[in-house]
Amino acid sequence: MTPMIDVVFQLISFFMFSLKVVSPEGDFDIRMPLGKSASTVVDDQQVPPVRVKLSASPDGGLAGITMNGNPVADFNELQKKLVSLVGNARGPDSLADKTEVEFDCDYALKYANVVRAITAVSGTVQDGQIVELIKKIKFTPPKGGG
Amino acid sequence: MAKRSSEASSTDIDMTPMIDMTFQLITFFMFVMNFSEAEQDDRVQLPMSQLAKPIDGPVEKPITLQLTSDGSVIYAGEMVGLRDVGGYLDREKSVLMEAGKEPKAATVIVRADGRAKTGEVQEVIKICQEKGFEKFALRAQYDEGR
Repeated sequence: MTPMIDVVFQLISFFMFSLKVVSPEGDFDIRMPLGKSASTVVDDQQVPPVRVKLSASPDGGLAGITMNGNPVADFNELQKKLVSLVGNARGPDSLADKTEVEFDCDYALKYANVVRAITAVSGTVQDGQIVELIKKIKFTPPKGGG
Repeated sequence: MAKRSSEASSTDIDMTPMIDMTFQLITFFMFVMNFSEAEQDDRVQLPMSQLAKPIDGPVEKPITLQLTSDGSVIYAGEMVGLRDVGGYLDREKSVLMEAGKEPKAATVIVRADGRAKTGEVQEVIKICQEKGFEKFALRAQYDEGR
């Protein structure tokens, strides 16, 4: 009996030490084909893209946000402005579905701020459910080394 | 051999429940084990987002690229330079072509550290775009928050 229990304890110790506790991860899916031919003609003609510029301070922190040239205080305000621009309708033919947000980020800006921006633009969490806002997101090409 | 203590029989413990518990523990650990650690490297600290809810099924045809806070790329658990990423992507592309799939059917999972420079993330994405990859999944840690 004793050797069996010994082996069992060895097994448990092995599993205990090799267990890795990982936090849940989710994705923001973005389709970004190279070249302008990717987006359909309908997009560009009907709805102009919303340009969000994120400027960086020298240490990579967020210095400022502008939306279509107008300064925005924080990401909450960015989301509110988007909602007022796009309206409350959701679904395949709504303005929210057709609007595209283009992010222009400084090279040295810390990536976490970009994820916060994408979060603000993509939707909200209401009562545990995700309510989607903008689905089309793209980035302007990177501008040289930092 | 050794002197037998006369009280031995009265302190006999029934081992069965203990062994049952041990087997339960082993079974638990066996199901919880996750050996795919290479694709969730500890050197990369993902930015948090409330919208990053884990998706139900696995991503089809995934290619994982990780970016650390100082700008090095981790591919398949190894730190590689930015210039070498193109070569590895070519390999992935040829594997896909042999399976009869286009690179645009694959999803590149970008696990970039929150402290990494946005420009560097964009450069990695650009290299992937030049190789023909179009679908990107920007990964963030789910923030249960509030």
